[in-house]
Amino acid sequence: MNNTLVKLLRSMLGSMRDLLPIVVVVLFFEFVVLQQPIPELGRIMVGVLFVILGLTFFIHGLEQGLFPIGESMATAFARKGSLFWLVTFAFSLGFGTTVAEPALIAVAAEAANVAAAGEMIEASEDAKARYANGLRYTVALSVGLAIVIGVVRILKGWPLHWIIIGGYVLVVIMTVFAPREIIGIAYDSGGVTTSTITVPLVTALGVGLASSIRGRNPMIDGFGLIAFASLTPMIFVMAYGMLI
Amino acid sequence: MDILKPILDVTLGTVNDVLPIAAIIFGFQFLVLRQKPANLGEILAGFAWVLVGLSLFLLGLEWCLFPLGRLMAEQLTDPAFVQAAGSAGDAVMGVDWKDYFWVYIFAFMIGFSTTIAEPSLIAVAIKANEVSGGAIGIWGLRIAVAIGVAVGISLGCYRIVVGDPIHWYIIAGYIIVVIQTTLAPKLIIPLAYDSGGVTTSTVTVPLVAALGLGLSETVPGRNPLIDGFGLIAFASLFPIISVMAYAQLSKLRAR
Repeated sequence: MNNTLVKLLRSMLGSMRDLLPIVVVVLFFEFVVLQQPIPELGRIMVGVLFVILGLTFFIHGLEQGLFPIGESMATAFARKGSLFWLVTFAFSLGFGTTVAEPALIAVAAEAANVAAAGEMIEASEDAKARYANGLRYTVALSVGLAIVIGVVRILKGWPLHWIIIGGYVLVVIMTVFAPREIIGIAYDSGGVTTSTITVPLVTALGVGLASSIRGRNPMIDGFGLIAFASLTPMIFVMAYGMLI
Repeated sequence: MDILKPILDVTLGTVNDVLPIAAIIFGFQFLVLRQKPANLGEILAGFAWVLVGLSLFLLGLEWCLFPLGRLMAEQLTDPAFVQAAGSAGDAVMGVDWKDYFWVYIFAFMIGFSTTIAEPSLIAVAIKANEVSGGAIGIWGLRIAVAIGVAVGISLGCYRIVVGDPIHWYIIAGYIIVVIQTTLAPKLIIPLAYDSGGVTTSTVTVPLVAALGLGLSETVPGRNPLIDGFGLIAFASLFPIISVMAYAQLSKLRAR
């Protein structure tokens, strides 16, 4: 228990150091450039304290919970040797973590507004909600698929860069044909899908798989899952924009 | 009561976030793999730490950083401020991209500093350091990614101001990535590709989105619906370039 406390205190110092740049930037712009007083100082100080504590606890939980379970499951799947279950797991992880992602829900709603303004769909609330939901499931599907492709790549040892470059070529081709309004959102959707909890889990899964399969290098084969998860949504969102 | 409600809301939101993931993990663990993880108690405690930590983190951001950041994005893109900072007395009408130089500096600095604090980047950096046996420094990677995000967001702001179509920038970025892929050390490539996706989550996205919307609303001739997006795309493309550049530089120095 004492040991945990020392570790927490040490990582709290780390969190403070991590947040220091933001504080410096905000203070500089507030006082030097904009020359405005900071509103609600008391509340902001409490907020800063929460952020420091929160980051500390998160990193602690990451090392104690998310990393070990991700790796132990990867090893267990590799030992079990069932491709079907591994692929099912990969898909559920990608789909399940994305479909409820708040950032994605926000972006999908925004995209529906754009589509309505561009007269691609009716401007009614109902049509927008349908469009946003369809988009959300499309993106979640694409992330699930991305993790599956990524896991199969680790098993087979395919070189990552050819697949990614192929994906880029596809994105460029789709850009030519997709409606202009959707392009900005499609490009953005690649970045917003990977949440704070998904990233550590997926990384641990990839590295764990690559370490437990003979002939795979965890550095070369273990990373790359996130790259797939941020590439496929761009393609799928543009396809969605073209179809609807 | 006033304070309790947001705390409850954020906590419920996080539980909502974590629950499907936990259900998938433990579902597969017990139904498919049919084994008890060796240190189940510790892992469950770890999940609890993640839950509490993330809730506190988001709540704190909602209280301190987001309102301030949004307010500053609004003030910096305010036409009155831009004109005062720009070359005053210019008779030329229309938009001069140089007038927005504080916006670019703000974009650069806020992109850099929020990326340093991004929890998922910290996670990937820890893993990369562990897997590479210390060859990839935690701070080296984080700073390389942060510089990439900073450059990406300021360039993205420049694009909104001048109104260029986004796809030329992205395609040019892809070409640089492809060229660098042939030149960079092989070990870094997958990690570099990954670092594009991890940079933009909890801390960066809300602030950057506010900046993009603020800019496209106030710059004459821009439509927030079309031009307001794309900053996140820039922020996920440029780290790929900067991480590969970081590896190339370290290799050069080692020689």
